[in-house]
Amino acid sequence: MMEPIITVRDVTTRFGTNHVHDKLSLTINQGEIYGLLGPSGCGKSTLMREMILLENFESGSITLLGRDINTISAFEAQELRKQWGVLFQSNALFTSLSVAENISIALKEYTSISQKLIDEIVAFKIDIVGLKQSDGKLYPSQLSGGMKKKAALARALAMDPKLLFLDEPTSGLDPISAREFDALIVNLKEMLQLSIIMVSHDLNSIKTTLDRMAVIDHKKIAAEGTLDEVMAVTSPFIQTFFTTYSKHLR
Amino acid sequence: MHSGSAKLIIETGDDKYIFHFSGLLRVGNLDQIETVLNAQEECLVQKEIILDFVEVDELDSAAVLLILSTMKKMQLQGCESTLSFDNEEFEQLFKMVEKHAHLDTSFTCIVPSFVEKIGKKASDRVKGLLQFLAFFGQLSMAMLLYLRSFRAIRWKEIVFEMNESGIKALGIISLTMFLVGIVIAYQSSVQLKIYGANIFIVDMLGISILRELAPMLTAIVVAGRSGSAYAAQIGVMKITEELDAMRTMGFDPYAFLVLPRVLALMLMMPILIFFADIMGVVGGMLIAHIELGLSPTLFLERFSNVIDIRHFWVGIVKGPFFAILIASIGVFRGLMVKNDTQSIGFNTTKSVVESIFIVIICDAIFSIFFTHMGI
Ligand SMILES: Nc1ncnc2c1ncn2[C@@H]1O[C@H](COP(=O)(O)OP(=O)(O)O)[C@@H](O)[C@H]1O
Ligand SMILES: [Mg+2]
Repeated sequence: MMEPIITVRDVTTRFGTNHVHDKLSLTINQGEIYGLLGPSGCGKSTLMREMILLENFESGSITLLGRDINTISAFEAQELRKQWGVLFQSNALFTSLSVAENISIALKEYTSISQKLIDEIVAFKIDIVGLKQSDGKLYPSQLSGGMKKKAALARALAMDPKLLFLDEPTSGLDPISAREFDALIVNLKEMLQLSIIMVSHDLNSIKTTLDRMAVIDHKKIAAEGTLDEVMAVTSPFIQTFFTTYSKHLR
Repeated sequence: MHSGSAKLIIETGDDKYIFHFSGLLRVGNLDQIETVLNAQEECLVQKEIILDFVEVDELDSAAVLLILSTMKKMQLQGCESTLSFDNEEFEQLFKMVEKHAHLDTSFTCIVPSFVEKIGKKASDRVKGLLQFLAFFGQLSMAMLLYLRSFRAIRWKEIVFEMNESGIKALGIISLTMFLVGIVIAYQSSVQLKIYGANIFIVDMLGISILRELAPMLTAIVVAGRSGSAYAAQIGVMKITEELDAMRTMGFDPYAFLVLPRVLALMLMMPILIFFADIMGVVGGMLIAHIELGLSPTLFLERFSNVIDIRHFWVGIVKGPFFAILIASIGVFRGLMVKNDTQSIGFNTTKSVVESIFIVIICDAIFSIFFTHMGI
């Protein structure tokens, strides 16, 4: 159960003169919900984008599902991409396709199963993320913020990935929808045995959903571990981030 | 992990069928299994079926959905099917998927019939025309309101747009017109030489360039450059709700976006045509010199003698009219963008095609009008 699914070793990232990561290392285990935390602009999204092959890093290595992404071939990379789902911070739904088409596009591209089975898979995905079946025919512009998140999550789950990346999944949602979404993520993890990596600022999400987490601060990992382990670390950022809210947390 | 495949072996008995699944039953390798199952379920009537998952290494929700929908069909044909696993997780997965499954749903839209398509297209066209007329009315009203007071005119935006769609287009328009002048002069010089009517190249070039070619080509280049840019920019602003943001802040999009563009183009178009005139004539003069041995001095002397100033004015007067058509169609197409990215491409293309078409129609009307007026 506790085998690593992603290991990041000494990753250094620079955008021009902007030094973002300085020798970051962390380990994400199979079957856990892992959080990337830290102040805004500390490079959480960047680290996630590096894991999903959207961004290059200067030095270090990332091993994903047993493959070192520095040395994989284009073919292997393509195979990897089919094994994860990504929920972007801004949803990134295809605006000219309906929700059902957004979900089915990968199925149509990568499998040769019948349209009937595709529709059944789409209906199932729409149901598990908590949308109504009739929402399937709507276009992204006709959805509310929370529904868009759910539709994007359903699209991320389309190929039954074992690995799910979520970039600030609850930002922009009202507290009630945000809590529902947290519950949904935990539920999905249980139901589909996912490993989930998520970026979050939301203290409630952090408390209720995350199994383990890493706090990035000043280009480094300030702390890694469970919530209690992280809160035991004495770093100015962790103190201000957690202790001011600790009353509200407990 | 992904290099395995899924297998289905069917063990047949008299009344009892056993389906042995094995391997990785994942969405990527389901197609063959689906074909086999579909072929089987036709001929299975009133049989006892056991679906055996003992040998299965991996199972995902898509595979479970396939099994469930097959079982449902078999049940309708009087078969009795039972699942067999020795894996707690698979059993849980089946229960979970069954709870959330909606078998036999379809998201495919009904394809409209041929007649329906024609009708829809026709009504869309009419609607589009009416919408354009409404837009044009609104634009005219805004223009009247706006030009009522000199101080309300947004000179900064207008000058910015004059630079963007006017000054920056000078290079390409000059080059285009210079080349067109060369081409026209070259083609006609061949014909004129036969009759020894070399000197008439001046009359020909002067009238055709000043009256028709320069305004038309300028309009076409401007439609391609600026009309499309207006459509795309305003379209994206609509999608990103920037237009709504402007409205809520009390900035009328007509005053801030539409009128500056229309006015800037109306002011710049005659100037662009003027430059196009010059470059076209220069191109023609060059060829007249090379091909027909007509010196520039002689060319220009003849030019001032035979080409009436009214020909120049006819070309220039068309400018503001073409400008208002191009700018308003570009902006209108931008406002027609719906909330998806595809409609940006669609409307940008439309803006160019429609504005060039309308410019040509407008030019034809001018031709008839001027001829009747004897200008
Ligand atoms: N494509 C890029 N080009 C230049 N700088 C970038 C780029 N992407 C991110 N950055 C910079 O990297 C830093 C980390 O950004 P990001 O990972 O988005 O932060 P966050 O932790 O808030 O998600 C920021 O300082 C940002 O300005
Ligand atoms: Mg971010």
